[in-house]
Amino acid sequence: MELLSGGEMIARFLKDEGVEYIYGYPGGAALHIYDALHRQSDVKHVLVRHEQAATHMADGYARATGKPGAVLVTSGPGATNTVTGIATAFMDSIPMVVICGQVMSYLIGEDAFQETDMIGVSRPIVKHSFTVKHPSEIPAILKKAFYIASSGRPGPVVVDIPKDMTMPNEKYEYSYPESVSLRSYTPPAKGHSGQIKKAVDLLLAAKRPMIYAGGGVIMGGGAELLTKLAQQLEYPVTNTLMGLGGYPGTDKQFVGMLGMHGSYEANQAMHHSDLILAIGARFDDRVTNDPDKFCPSAKIIHVDIDPASISKTIRADVPIVGPVIQVLEEMMALIDDAPARSNQDAIGNWWKQINEWRQVHGGRYDTSSDKIKPQAAVEACWRATNGDAFVASDVGQHQMFTAQYYKFAKPYRWINSGGLGTMGFGLPAAMGVKMNFPEETVVCVTGEGSIQMNIQELSTCLQYGLPVKILCLNNGYLGMVRQWQDMNYEGRHSNSYLDSLPEFKTLMDAYRHQYVEIRTKDELDAKMEEAFAMKDQLVFINCYVDPEEHVYPMQVPRGSMRDMFLSKTERT
Amino acid sequence: MRHIISVLMENEPGALSRVVGLFSQRNFNIETLNVAPTDDPTLSRLTLTTFGSDQVVEQITKQLNKLIDVVKLVDLTEGQHIERELMLVKVRASGAQRAEVKRTVDIFRGNIIDMTPSIYTVQIVGESDKLDGFLQALGGMHILEVVRTGVSGIARGEKTLSL
Ligand SMILES: Cc1ncc(C[n+]2csc(CCOP(=O)(O)OP(=O)(O)O)c2C)c(N)n1
Ligand SMILES: [Mg+2]
Repeated sequence: MELLSGGEMIARFLKDEGVEYIYGYPGGAALHIYDALHRQSDVKHVLVRHEQAATHMADGYARATGKPGAVLVTSGPGATNTVTGIATAFMDSIPMVVICGQVMSYLIGEDAFQETDMIGVSRPIVKHSFTVKHPSEIPAILKKAFYIASSGRPGPVVVDIPKDMTMPNEKYEYSYPESVSLRSYTPPAKGHSGQIKKAVDLLLAAKRPMIYAGGGVIMGGGAELLTKLAQQLEYPVTNTLMGLGGYPGTDKQFVGMLGMHGSYEANQAMHHSDLILAIGARFDDRVTNDPDKFCPSAKIIHVDIDPASISKTIRADVPIVGPVIQVLEEMMALIDDAPARSNQDAIGNWWKQINEWRQVHGGRYDTSSDKIKPQAAVEACWRATNGDAFVASDVGQHQMFTAQYYKFAKPYRWINSGGLGTMGFGLPAAMGVKMNFPEETVVCVTGEGSIQMNIQELSTCLQYGLPVKILCLNNGYLGMVRQWQDMNYEGRHSNSYLDSLPEFKTLMDAYRHQYVEIRTKDELDAKMEEAFAMKDQLVFINCYVDPEEHVYPMQVPRGSMRDMFLSKTERT
Repeated sequence: MRHIISVLMENEPGALSRVVGLFSQRNFNIETLNVAPTDDPTLSRLTLTTFGSDQVVEQITKQLNKLIDVVKLVDLTEGQHIERELMLVKVRASGAQRAEVKRTVDIFRGNIIDMTPSIYTVQIVGESDKLDGFLQALGGMHILEVVRTGVSGIARGEKTLSL
């Protein structure tokens, strides 16, 4: 067997695990590891400008591929800078392994230079964490870390490695652990057949069914199967913010996103349905509105890999714990064998009702204004990219407009921080995607507020040649905050106006990137195309949009699913 | 309702803080808690009591089960079980009080395990109610210190919580 130092084992393990890129930033406690990385060429290290961006890059990669992203940082400030990125991944169940340097093991607890209890700091936002206590443990611990991060309900795992575990001159036997077993961790492999049968019986008898599919369908690799099932049944499908693309957004059975900024028809249909098939979704508070008023006549089938997600906020009538693929396959088989259905008429009426609802709001916005509406900008982006780009988003109104108006046709293409709502996520996430899909168009839709939270990464884009397109819906406000202030604080815009915005043109010049400005409606499509035509360059598209615009529909606080504001003057 | 949840977990540093942290993070309450290694030195057993509706306790057990360090757990209150708690009480006892304290200790089947001319230290084992009862019975006395271990429990009969 080969003898390797701890640092070399890390580099070698990453290669053996099939990790191509690791995103990170060096520092004292991680220097042995960095030296080992320098002396090999299989694993490529991507140097960001702030550790938070490293986590979002790894996260973007993970969301676009379903595979775990890898991060390497030093102890203390390096580690604490990853906290927001780890929490972002945790909330959205994204597989990620974060390797943190740590001070020498004999110094731990002494408030040594750059010592932070990273295991303690990260405890509530990780799926699990490890501390290395002997260099020989490194391969096994890393194997467990990658396995835990990517199996079951995925999530981030932190591995804390004291500097003396990676000493260059202390070598130990290395072999890649092919398998891993943990006596206290066995992700569910199969849903309960009796429950699946019960679910299918209910599905086939339903009069007003709804399929409510979340991000778990995408991360569980079940998007194609779910689409097949929905189309075979001809039932309406709604996606959560995390689930967009899990069902083709342009299909006639798709009724739009549901929840706080969901479509009128999706929220109405949910409220009136008699059977909800919830799959890979978790009845988030931004979906259900007041749980006591949630879908009063619906029976609920809830399929999820995480038993703790089931009946957490909304009680399930038929809970099914299992991987989406396996559960859907078993459902499909039962549906194929089922005798002719008796609910055809009811389903016909249901669609009639839904199509009426579609007429009520239908994603309308004011197209007569001479200002550029953010919705129109997103639609122009959709046209310029043939609806086929990877779209990473920041957080705010622009995020909701993108979710509503960029009709995602495929899974893994919509990359957004749904659960934590992390401003600053968009650019580095887009970079992580672009790095791994160099031939694809990758857009970061952002606001002039969000982009400034990780704008230093423009430098990383320059270093690695990452020609992402940044579409900044510039409304001169922290728009989402302003909207809430308009609605709930009589328009008192406390600290939601961003004075002193940088000259983005000059900034792009400084970073040697391209800049396109869109000020009027009539130049929207042409300028958008011009920007996307610059394939090999990062282009910052500064699109000045109507600062007064609000995101609608918007659910009325503490109401039911169907209680919505439809514009500044209308509500249900 | 009161529940006694008994957890078999990896005997590793960090495991306990994950369990305890989960309770504060998820806004669950812990009434009593105790933990010690088992006959298998790689495992420790943690027992906690908590109050909550069925739905809350269901979430607690599911969330605990999700922790990688948790190997197995059982809600003892779901079946027949035995529970015990140990309490040490230091009570001022001089003159006529000495006989009075001694009598109360005997009634509760406790032991006096240490003494000075003016103090008795008493050990009582039993269900938590009994321990409460003893403290009440001492009512008039001058109690100097009370230490309780928290509840330990085990299922009756064949059922075991083991690997
Ligand atoms: C890190 C972080 N801080 C604060 C918030 C709260 N917040 C949500 S949206 C928003 C405004 C975003 O402004 P901008 O990026 O310009 O987008 P817009 O809403 O104007 O489209 C803020 C401050 C957040 N989500 N994340
Ligand atoms: Mg803005």
